[in-house]
Amino acid sequence: MAMNSTGRGETRPANDTAAATATFTGNRGLQIEESLIFEQGQAGRTAVDLPAPMTTATRLGKVKPRAAIGLPGLSEPQVIRHFTRLSQKNFAIDSGFYPLGSCTMKHNPRLNEAMARLPGFADIHPLQPVSTVQGALELIDDLAEWLLALTGMAAVAMSPGAGAHGEQCGMIAIRAALEARGDKRSKVLVPESAHGTNPATAAALGYAVESIPATAEGRVDLEALKAKLGPDVAALMLTNPNTCGLFEGDIVEIARLVHAAGALFYCDGANFNAIVGRVRPADLGIDAMHINLHKTFSTPHGGGGPGAGPVVLSEALAPFAPANAVVRGPDGFRLIEHPEGQSFGRLKAFQGQMGMFVRALTYILSHGADGLFQASSDAVLNANYIMASLKDVMSPAFDGPCMHEALFDDSFLKDTGVSTLDFAKAMLDEGYHPMTVYFPLVVHGAMLIEPTESESKESLDLFIGTMRHLAERARSGDAAHFTGAPRLTPRRRLDETSAARKPVLRWRPTEVLDEAAE
Amino acid sequence: MSALKFTKDHEWVRIEGDMAVVGITDFAQQQLGDVVFVELPEIGKTLESGKDAAVVESVKAASEVYAPIDGTVTEVNPALVDDPSTVNSDPEGAGWFFKVKISDPSQFDALMDEAAYKTLIAEEH
Amino acid sequence: MRYLPLTSDDRVAMLARIGAPSVDALFADVPESARRSGPITGLPDHEGELGVERQLKALAARNVPAGSVPSFLGAGAYRHHVPAAVDHLIQRGEFLTSYTPYQPEVSQGTLQYLFEFQTQVALLTGMDVANASMYDGSTACAEAVMMANRVTRRSHAVLSGGLHPHYAEVTRTQARWTNFTAADAPPDVDGAEDLAALIDSNTSCVVVQNPSVFGHVKDLSALAEACHAKGALLIVVVTEVISLGLLTPPGEMGADIVVAEGQSIGNALNFGGPYVGLFATREKFLRQMPGRLCGETTDAEGRRGWVLTLSTREQHIRREKATSNICTNSGLCALAFTIHLSLLGEAGLTGLARLNHATAVTLADRLAKAPGVTVVTDAFFNEFTVRLPCDAASVVEALAGQGILAGVPVSRLIPGVPELANLLLVAATETNTQADIDAFATALGGIV
Repeated sequence: MAMNSTGRGETRPANDTAAATATFTGNRGLQIEESLIFEQGQAGRTAVDLPAPMTTATRLGKVKPRAAIGLPGLSEPQVIRHFTRLSQKNFAIDSGFYPLGSCTMKHNPRLNEAMARLPGFADIHPLQPVSTVQGALELIDDLAEWLLALTGMAAVAMSPGAGAHGEQCGMIAIRAALEARGDKRSKVLVPESAHGTNPATAAALGYAVESIPATAEGRVDLEALKAKLGPDVAALMLTNPNTCGLFEGDIVEIARLVHAAGALFYCDGANFNAIVGRVRPADLGIDAMHINLHKTFSTPHGGGGPGAGPVVLSEALAPFAPANAVVRGPDGFRLIEHPEGQSFGRLKAFQGQMGMFVRALTYILSHGADGLFQASSDAVLNANYIMASLKDVMSPAFDGPCMHEALFDDSFLKDTGVSTLDFAKAMLDEGYHPMTVYFPLVVHGAMLIEPTESESKESLDLFIGTMRHLAERARSGDAAHFTGAPRLTPRRRLDETSAARKPVLRWRPTEVLDEAAE
Repeated sequence: MSALKFTKDHEWVRIEGDMAVVGITDFAQQQLGDVVFVELPEIGKTLESGKDAAVVESVKAASEVYAPIDGTVTEVNPALVDDPSTVNSDPEGAGWFFKVKISDPSQFDALMDEAAYKTLIAEEH
Repeated sequence: MRYLPLTSDDRVAMLARIGAPSVDALFADVPESARRSGPITGLPDHEGELGVERQLKALAARNVPAGSVPSFLGAGAYRHHVPAAVDHLIQRGEFLTSYTPYQPEVSQGTLQYLFEFQTQVALLTGMDVANASMYDGSTACAEAVMMANRVTRRSHAVLSGGLHPHYAEVTRTQARWTNFTAADAPPDVDGAEDLAALIDSNTSCVVVQNPSVFGHVKDLSALAEACHAKGALLIVVVTEVISLGLLTPPGEMGADIVVAEGQSIGNALNFGGPYVGLFATREKFLRQMPGRLCGETTDAEGRRGWVLTLSTREQHIRREKATSNICTNSGLCALAFTIHLSLLGEAGLTGLARLNHATAVTLADRLAKAPGVTVVTDAFFNEFTVRLPCDAASVVEALAGQGILAGVPVSRLIPGVPELANLLLVAATETNTQADIDAFATALGGIV
């Protein structure tokens, strides 16, 4: 079988009920145990008072009204308390340092939220007459212009709903362009260190995915790339800076080689924060790049979305862009809603993630060209400060400076009995969200730290001190501190094995469970 | 019961008449961690030596299990559907994955014996 | 700059520790031809909140908010009243600025609401299990077809003529580039299409929308049987999720996969996004589902908690063999949905659904009184098709000039088909008053 070392690590914690709580409620001060809404609801309760219907007449034809749904009824005070308590169990950027590598957990400005909620943006229907939404169309166009100016590219597809969706957009455009010139190619090249969405996207489009190894310096192996480039390669998908936090210095040469082979160059823009406002990807020779507005442009991560993934395209790929598109004209803005010409189709209903466009444009206007330049500079400075401050007690995966994220491997934990996972869990008790762990796959026990430009030096210094303390503690033989962590969080380690073996994916009333058990 | 033979990819094979029983080794299950799900091949499927035959999943990984020899699948282990942890608790016995009707007996002879396999994992470890 | 905490003194001290002469030195790997030592030229500099607000407000002021005039727009996005509590709660920093629950010990808030969301979606749709959201209804629809292809090992989908044209286009786009086929049926204006006749042994699924884009509500049980008899799956699409407060749910009609647009609950119109895709299916198809799944478990102290689970279906583990490439989904919109539905409860949702239906019935009766205007849809929830005696798009423009957002002309969704040019999709929700209805009917009567 294919041995996959990322599968290692305990997914079922040892029982530690000795440490169980000693209060009547199970609450621990401000940490309130909160049951499910289904366990609290009662029939007849509601938090919404509705007026009487205009008529009792119905027009349902042969369809019968449904029987009971099974939703719980709660009052407004109960609902507010429920979700407030839930929120208090979450770590967030607003609470503390969240150095998740590759996710760019920067501050989410509140002005973004205020602007997105202006009724002129929030309360407009996507299919209103175009004459009634000219301001919205102009906003989309303004944001598009900024993205083009920052990337140097020729066109931008605004509709994808997130980064992975953007990847699909860019790769379909590439495939469409190749087919339009009668060129059927079957392979896509992806570095070993690539984010999982890259091969998933390519494979879904019918491409065979081939891996390019990295050099000892953590960059794409140019010789290996040359060997794999050929007339059957449609595209190279590259992240730059790459997932090891390093700038691909050979990128202009890489682009030249890719184009010489008749292939196209897709850039995964997840790490754009390292160079935004300072380097234009077009100058590096790329053909398409998705931009994660929820990473580089501060739209909130929201617990897992919504995101937005507009894709900048070269002149050659522009004709293949999907619907919708906003076009500026002498008489105002118009909307292209039906795929025209060589457009490859439609990726999503309506216009795209307008709410995220408002937030991103607000962020961009707030920063301006000088602010964006400063932001990427500070992001890279902060990451290098962390690297320089930890490299003597932890083990950097590669020598030399990094870009906006610092990558370590787990060799500094060798023979300590402490894994990368254990180290991360101990960080939770210290009040930090851990860095990204076990990604990229090319580094053993990877720890990818991305501070972003939003951290003050004081915040970084405390983090550095904490990491130094933990590294020394691990090496001093105190493995139990780590393997039993976390102890102070709303939950200890959770049994992921049982969750996968016997999935329970929804609440069911106890009568149903009792019946099932019989 | 005949002796187990092994592949370099950590599958074991045991002959039962004209059938071969296939599973993954103790070393493999240790490396995987808790097995949560096994995707077994369809009965009647033709397997090719070295190609994908099954998938074994832990929480954080999904690993291909390759066919050690050519053959047609005649039986799959129902115990693994209800309790995939059997792969962890008894990988070389009750945790078998599937049985194939052997098409080329000489392939079995070409596999590693236990001593050779032990050497392999000592080197890898 | 207000979002950048580092001072010049900080930077000097930090560079000293790093041992670099300048920040520019840290960009040494950037090729000469692409390197800059200063901001991109020709772009404005940073601005304070006041200046940014002015610019954004000026843009917003050039749009007509749907709530500021009588508004009857539907066709996949619906204006509902969202209680004030929803927006307050989703703006709590711990919800707004957290991310995917990779570390479940400090993400129980997110994980618990996802579990509640999954339960709510399963209950609403009458299905066994739901995922933690997709981008929106249209992408969920395409993903459902791809899942049906995997489950049946077939690659031909049949799309109803009552499916929202955007949803059909999204599905066709996926079909074209990920190698399956999707056959369309002609627009099902009168609700009489016979899809069963189109199912054969190559069909992986039939995709039908209920209520359809033309407003028709149907019992799909017979269609479900026809699908199953040929080994195909029935996928039901719901674009107005409030309808599930009144109509028989697709799960009880034999659907195998139900996808929906959840926007109507908890989320504003937002000019088309961000929205939230709902995805539900049967237990037996669980491992073929795309998207994140939240599951219940216990922690080391035996307390109940939640984790993301069955991750081996997903891109970060399965890479090329993943069920989908989806990573970030629509968390905060799913939270808004969960909160709003918690506020509504059973009584609130069923009451709201009845209110919507009653308003639409009242509106339909009133519009039918205008000369030459007929209501095409016999049985509907809160949206129906009206046939005008003249071009619907022109009527909509004219009424917009009079301060009424009259609905969506079918030609906006399906251009260039003369037989459809006089058709208008009209929706009514609890936000429409009798005065709105009167204004619309009067203005319409004046124009046609």
